[in-house]
Amino acid sequence: MKSLTKKQRKVLGRIITAAVMLLVLVLVDSRLDPWYIKLLLYLVPYLIVGYDIILKAAHGILHGQVFDENFLMVVATAGALGVSIYDTMHGESGSYIEAVSVMLLYQVGELFQSIAVGRSRRSISELMDIRPDTANIEEDGELVQVDPDDVEIGSVIIVRPGEKIPIDGTVIEGSSSLNTSALTGESLPRSVEPGSQVLSGCVNLSGVLKIETTAEFGESTASKVLDLVENAASKKSRSENFISKFAKYYTPIVCIAALALAIIPPVILALTGSDPALMSWVYRACTFLVISCPCALVISIPLTFFAGLGGASSEGVLIKGSSYLETLAQVRTVVFDKTGTITQGNFEVTGVHHSPLSDHELLRLAAHVESSSSHPISASLRKAYGLPIDRDLIRDIQEISGEGVIGKVDGHEVAAGNLRLMRRIGIEAKPCSHPGTIVYVAVDGEYCGHIVISDQIKPSSVKAIRDLHNAGVKRTVMLTGDTAQTAEAVAKEAGIDEFRAGLLPADKVTEVEKLMESSLGRDRLAFVGDGINDAPVLARADVGIAMGALGSDAAIEAADVVLMDDDPVKIAKGIRISRKCLRIARENIVFSLCVKAVCLVLGALGIASMWLAVLADVGVMIICVLNAIRALYDNKLI
Amino acid sequence: MKKTYKIDVDCAACADKMQDAACRTPGVKDAVVSFMTLKMKVEFEDGADPDAVMQQVLANCKKVERDCEIFF
Repeated sequence: MKSLTKKQRKVLGRIITAAVMLLVLVLVDSRLDPWYIKLLLYLVPYLIVGYDIILKAAHGILHGQVFDENFLMVVATAGALGVSIYDTMHGESGSYIEAVSVMLLYQVGELFQSIAVGRSRRSISELMDIRPDTANIEEDGELVQVDPDDVEIGSVIIVRPGEKIPIDGTVIEGSSSLNTSALTGESLPRSVEPGSQVLSGCVNLSGVLKIETTAEFGESTASKVLDLVENAASKKSRSENFISKFAKYYTPIVCIAALALAIIPPVILALTGSDPALMSWVYRACTFLVISCPCALVISIPLTFFAGLGGASSEGVLIKGSSYLETLAQVRTVVFDKTGTITQGNFEVTGVHHSPLSDHELLRLAAHVESSSSHPISASLRKAYGLPIDRDLIRDIQEISGEGVIGKVDGHEVAAGNLRLMRRIGIEAKPCSHPGTIVYVAVDGEYCGHIVISDQIKPSSVKAIRDLHNAGVKRTVMLTGDTAQTAEAVAKEAGIDEFRAGLLPADKVTEVEKLMESSLGRDRLAFVGDGINDAPVLARADVGIAMGALGSDAAIEAADVVLMDDDPVKIAKGIRISRKCLRIARENIVFSLCVKAVCLVLGALGIASMWLAVLADVGVMIICVLNAIRALYDNKLI
Repeated sequence: MKKTYKIDVDCAACADKMQDAACRTPGVKDAVVSFMTLKMKVEFEDGADPDAVMQQVLANCKKVERDCEIFF
């Protein structure tokens, strides 16, 4: 009860009062006489529960907004009252219960709707409640809470355990672990120490941190993410626009149909000499009006999309508008940029081949001989060797530019470099067919095998591609500037269907355009990039997905969907969430339109009473709202 | 110039009406109302004074929906 707003409590009070009064009146109904006393008594609960509807309807008419749902309810219930009065005056037993109950039920429905929407609004905002309202700074040895907007770049803020980091910055003191799940959806805590960059929105779990801010509050990650999500709801999808257009035409059409139903059949019947039964047709017309309220659709479709956006962002997938949610659901082709998306974007030793020595020994010699080089290859060799380099072992290092290094390590003559180096020193090496950079090694004039260094695919890439295919994506394509050999190997390992190699950045846009032309009908294409120099492609594709893009403004600007971390599995997740959301929206549209259509027919035939009509209306609305909220929850189950 | 305002309104259909009313107001280039976030995003025409325009937007919204509020 406490969670209701003042407005909702007031309506609830009115509903209960009116319901109790109606119950009492129903019990003493037969003793009420004459008819006008009875009418007046029934009007009391009617007005208690419906006065605001009547006022709104009157207000609407005064301002040229005739056909709204308030007007419909007033006309329908007033019509029902009128029919009852007519019946009573003609000696039949008229009942006012129906008119009052219809108004009552309508208000119950509205109240439920308002509570349900309020709840989901709150739970979605809680998901997004990643931005704290205060920051702590130290003044004269004391902790002071200030408005984070007032904290300048370069100030030192203090974040205690359990608090959210308000502003992006660098840790200068203390170490702790951070819960980044609000930003990335990643549940493993990240440990930080002095020198680590931290993003706002993360929760500090264990130790006190002193952070030197590197951005203003408004420019910090948490603020930007919130802006993005809040603005998302304003980019409306086609379904939402369809519904608001539909409501604009549907209500007047049903009103006209109701009017026709009240007039035409009685006139025809009168002309053919039968009993016109005017009142019965008026009653049917009123039933028509009750059914004509489109609230179930009008409320549940935007709610579905909002819940879908909320659900996606809690998984670390930020979708910049419900229109993109819709497009994402239609994606059948996913195009990847290779580096940083499928692969990690850093180079590692992936193999040691044809070596008579142990792999470790070969790596030790190669790492030592290359140790003075600043080339990334040298770094990856050192990393693969894993132990510290002993500089005392190295003698007579000679670097041959573009070929490699020759030197003495631990008393052995070691040469490490490409095939040209091997030819230069007259050693026959076995050319390697593996993709990547190959370092051939010769020790004491003998060929000792080679080391393969390549960019590795992300551990989750294979699963990501499999998930995409399972989610209904027909075609996956990888674009890269690398050689065909490397591209083929990566594509094969990750399970990607096609690749285009040797592309310059500008070629990628052309390639994506070609692929878009070849996709059929409503199939859409998504491009996934890491946001580094692929902004034009992100913007050109039907849906641009930027991954691991937090902190890269250009990518966030150009992309339609932003993955908060760099896990490619999230792409399939995003597609599944959007599919589910669209499915729910379709279910709601079809379900409520079918029920309405059936009720309209039954009402016109005189089978459905007004009771049934309002129950159907409220019932459909409740079911649709509950169904809509599904888009927010159990995303874990899919 | 674009600005975002917090609003209060009871139903989704009413929010659509507010959006129409806001769009029709002179000085407003485009307006989008989101019922779910209870926000109104208004794009003003060049040289328009947001505060004055918003007064008019509120008046127009009140005409189509009595029970609404815009906070500015």
